[in-house]
Amino acid sequence: MYVANRASDKITQLTDNVYVCRSGSAADSQVVSDYVRYFLHQHTIQLGQPATVKVAANLVRSLSYNNKDMLQTGLIVGGWDKYEGGKIYGIPLGGTIIEQPFTIGGSGSSYLYGFFDQAWKEGMTKEEAEQLVVKAVSLAIARDGASGGVVRTVIINSEGVTRNFYPGDTLPLWHEELEPQNSLLDILNTSSPEPMNM
Amino acid sequence: MDSKMQQHGLLGSESDSQRTLYPYVTGTSVVALKYKDGILMAADMGGSYGSTLRYKTVERMKAIGKHSLLGASGEISDFQEILRYLDELILYDNMWDDGNSLGPKEVHNYLTRVMYNRRNKFNPLWNSLVLGGVKNGQKYLGMVSMIGVNFEDNHVATGFGNHLARPILRDEWHENLSFEDGVKLLEKCMRVLLYRDRSAVNKLQIAKITEEGVTISPPYSLKTFWGFSAFHNPTVGAEGSW
Repeated sequence: MYVANRASDKITQLTDNVYVCRSGSAADSQVVSDYVRYFLHQHTIQLGQPATVKVAANLVRSLSYNNKDMLQTGLIVGGWDKYEGGKIYGIPLGGTIIEQPFTIGGSGSSYLYGFFDQAWKEGMTKEEAEQLVVKAVSLAIARDGASGGVVRTVIINSEGVTRNFYPGDTLPLWHEELEPQNSLLDILNTSSPEPMNM
Repeated sequence: MDSKMQQHGLLGSESDSQRTLYPYVTGTSVVALKYKDGILMAADMGGSYGSTLRYKTVERMKAIGKHSLLGASGEISDFQEILRYLDELILYDNMWDDGNSLGPKEVHNYLTRVMYNRRNKFNPLWNSLVLGGVKNGQKYLGMVSMIGVNFEDNHVATGFGNHLARPILRDEWHENLSFEDGVKLLEKCMRVLLYRDRSAVNKLQIAKITEEGVTISPPYSLKTFWGFSAFHNPTVGAEGSW
């Protein structure tokens, strides 16, 4: 199955303070994001202040639910607003909306349920949380053929938004994964000058 | 989930009405019974995604107005949409400001009409609903399925609950159960469902509705028993069996 984009950006901005993680059909998730960005822009102008995460999430839910027979996309809306602080809303296929302290989605997420059941804790710091998600995505990449390339993170809080980028070759190695080399020749040259047993 | 691409061509073009869909995130059984002061209802907090127990904090029972309690199994997104419809119904009822308020019978009837009419358009809300309530001392407990079948009874259940819980209730339910006996009876049913329903999750709530109002318990878990000697060594004397 061809990899159309090996470095795609699946975290899309809806407003200054709300982002959405897209999975499933790229086209479907892009068009839903586009509509929600458009609606939220107008909503912000009318409201006179930043939209809340809940409003953004419910707009996404509305499109997902009312077009459930056509869309095939799972979305995660996350952000920060001054009323509720940081909030995450999962919107899987079908258009159910569910607020959660953490959530996973996409094809690679199948391999992460056990990991998060064990590793997620209430009240993690920003650094701990970012390390956790990077580790998680890298574990998913190890086992899910449809995941790979790079890890992107977005941190949203009262201070603003920070984007980070972790190229695939900087991620930790897991079971049966070897340290990447430039060439076999380098391996041969570093070991003792004895003939190989073939 | 790519079978959605196969639109059944009975009416030709695909751009016409929606067809019957399939559920994605589902809740399992709801069990309810009438007791001395009103209705007791139980449901676990699971939202399954096929065989994956994906969500474990889904509240599948909600208060409706002052006199009713709604529990749902089936597609959660459709249940959330039903709650939006009922929100609007209750709002308009309140806006009359006439001292009257919709009781469980009325809400049950409204839901029945909604479910049946959607079924007639081949676009059902994929839920089984349990509606319980008390108004003016009258206890009411009813059920509506996704095809619009509706009825009332002293005890009802959805999904697996029909097969596992109702036989227990038929045996052990009686008029004027105390709150404690009612809870114990529901817990007996929920424990059996936990043992025998793949989609059951060990985190449940029990809700009570009386003339005074609705109380939904905080989430809690049931203890289970595995200490039967037959479970310890089931294949002794018959290696290879199970």
